[in-house]
Amino acid sequence: MGGPFEAPHLNWWEVLVQQTINGLTRGAVFALIAMGYTMVYGIIELINFAHGDVFMLGLFISLFWFTMLGVTKTLSIAGLVTLLPLVFVLTMLTTAALNVAIDRVAYRPLRRSLSFMLENVALLWKGPAPIAYPDVFPSVDILREWFGVDSAIFVTTKDVLVIAATIPLMIALHYFVTRTRWGKAMRATAQDRETAQAMGIDVERTILVTFFVGGALAGAAGLIQGMYYNIGMWWMGYQAGLRAFTAAVLGGIGSMGGAALGGLVIGFLSAWSDQYISARWTNAIVFSILILVLVFRPHGLLGERAVDKA
Amino acid sequence: MRASRIAAVAVVLFGLGFAGDVGAQSCPKGKLRLYTSWPMQGAMLPEGTGMKNGVDMAVAEANGVVAGYCLEVVNLDDASPQTGKWDGAVEAENANKAVGDPLAIVYIGTYNSGAAKVSIPITNRAHMAQVTPANTYPGLTKKRGAAPGEPDIYRPGGFVNYFRPIPADDIQGAVAAKWAKRLGAKKVYILNDQELYGKGIADVFEATAKKIGLPVVANEGIDWKQPDQKPVLTKIRASGADLVYLGGVIETGAQVVIRQMKEVGLTAPRTRFMGPDGLLEEELLKGATCESALAVDARITFAGLPFEKMRGVGAKTYETYKAKYGKEPTSYALYAAEGTRVIIDAIKRSASTIEKAKDVTEKREAVRKAIASTKNFEGINGKWSFDENGDVDYDTMSGFKAVKADTPVGCKFAFETILE
Repeated sequence: MGGPFEAPHLNWWEVLVQQTINGLTRGAVFALIAMGYTMVYGIIELINFAHGDVFMLGLFISLFWFTMLGVTKTLSIAGLVTLLPLVFVLTMLTTAALNVAIDRVAYRPLRRSLSFMLENVALLWKGPAPIAYPDVFPSVDILREWFGVDSAIFVTTKDVLVIAATIPLMIALHYFVTRTRWGKAMRATAQDRETAQAMGIDVERTILVTFFVGGALAGAAGLIQGMYYNIGMWWMGYQAGLRAFTAAVLGGIGSMGGAALGGLVIGFLSAWSDQYISARWTNAIVFSILILVLVFRPHGLLGERAVDKA
Repeated sequence: MRASRIAAVAVVLFGLGFAGDVGAQSCPKGKLRLYTSWPMQGAMLPEGTGMKNGVDMAVAEANGVVAGYCLEVVNLDDASPQTGKWDGAVEAENANKAVGDPLAIVYIGTYNSGAAKVSIPITNRAHMAQVTPANTYPGLTKKRGAAPGEPDIYRPGGFVNYFRPIPADDIQGAVAAKWAKRLGAKKVYILNDQELYGKGIADVFEATAKKIGLPVVANEGIDWKQPDQKPVLTKIRASGADLVYLGGVIETGAQVVIRQMKEVGLTAPRTRFMGPDGLLEEELLKGATCESALAVDARITFAGLPFEKMRGVGAKTYETYKAKYGKEPTSYALYAAEGTRVIIDAIKRSASTIEKAKDVTEKREAVRKAIASTKNFEGINGKWSFDENGDVDYDTMSGFKAVKADTPVGCKFAFETILE
């Protein structure tokens, strides 16, 4: 997008499709954060309220890595295949290390959230006003420029990026939890810590791995958010954490699939509510739905068949 | 606390020293003191000094004597030495000092609207007029854009004693609506950040737009903590609105709206962006990027005129200030001069009543009434009068627009037009 052309008018079904795309991308980011949330909760039964702030710092940290690598403008194809994966890895490693440090420094000794500290780190680092995140990922209006369809609906490469980056991460996480030794140890620890320990599982290291993976996911979400919305602010961690926490509870806390589903549901609901009701009521509507779901399904949407609880 | 008291004493002594100078003139009817109160330290020192200069300039224009009374200015600092920012306790102390001084006739201040909330009730009880050179929060004088109970909670005596020769924030909403119409807008979509400043301005924009026949699709509060405003902006695109007005400040994510307007295809010439002076900051352009700000043809209103665009009395005041102090006036320096001129004019008009007054409260009441009845005053932004709330009735403002520029950011806000 962004060309000098005039955006065509949207009719009612185009509005619905466009808002559903908005909800999908918004929900995908929520889902990614919610999965990290729910995973850590599943293991230590402690809600890591700093998780949203790790996500927020993930955005700033990814910007730092882009800057270090000299990326300030839109990447070329070569850059997309080399630098972008590199920044993904670097950001995920940094936030993973950060999340482990949070566990070591705050949770285990203090049992206290580091949210405020992390927010103040970002505030001191980047200042109080929202900051611009460069257009590192090329934005192409796919329908118009690739397929020559003169549609009023915008589907851009950035929308595709969010989905294309989120789904493999979700699959990888699912594979990690269900198919690897560490995943098995995590599930065992989640079910019964003492018995797992008796079976020779190093519970401490398992918790460490959980925080590591959770932090990496939050970092990836921060990077995706930065590339997609091109803006970052120090306070967005709290809000994102709240939405992701809601997603995790909606889906059934502790359930990975539930977190992903919950994230998407909240994404759609909030986008549709912004369109058809009013942005002013969106939070109220999201939380009302949460209450309704919890009244009729106290364990959340997927909470009961929590076999993949990790 | 101790340090602040010593500082205050030092300031009072300084004030008395200044009084010694004018004492050389003849004061057949005695002395009247004008107290000022605003931060005079730290980061606020330049603005504080600018406002003090403005007051001194106006007093000097009258040669320090009005209708036989010598004027004496006492400068107080309402900042806490610990934080360098205004402090409610210090401001209360200052106001109490002023009302406790039998020679004090008027209180000039404050800089911060929050501080005014503390001092207005104190000066009100003493029937002492308070004139601010800088407070723009609407709730201090009127219900429009105010919190529940305002402004009556600041008027324990039930009368208006607080006056501002500077337009309150909400006026901007009205002026912006007229500007939008002049720019050819046919249908506006108003967003607000649901905060006092932003919502107040947005509501006034809406009311004015309806009055002048500019269709408003909606005035919608957004969740500014949400970094994704695409759904709301998509809705605006579907509505066919050709102007997005945002009541907000840079701290509540106006950057996000501008940035994402471009993302969803809300761009000029079809759709423009407009906002109040809370957005007139370079930070806005940095966060939203110049590309987006230019794409949406971002326009911002600003209360009053830029000094170099002032005419008549304003132009003269600006030149005099520069000649006298050798530098550009700070944002509110000329409003401090204007406020002091209003006070001097009021003392002149009420001199006979002051003379007949039995006690200091009657003297203050005479001046308060005279200030309240200020009509057709030749001010720096043109002729104006005080309304029943103690607000000015002029709505001269200026319009700024984002333009390409050779700055580190790549663009800036440039003066575009005078709005009336």
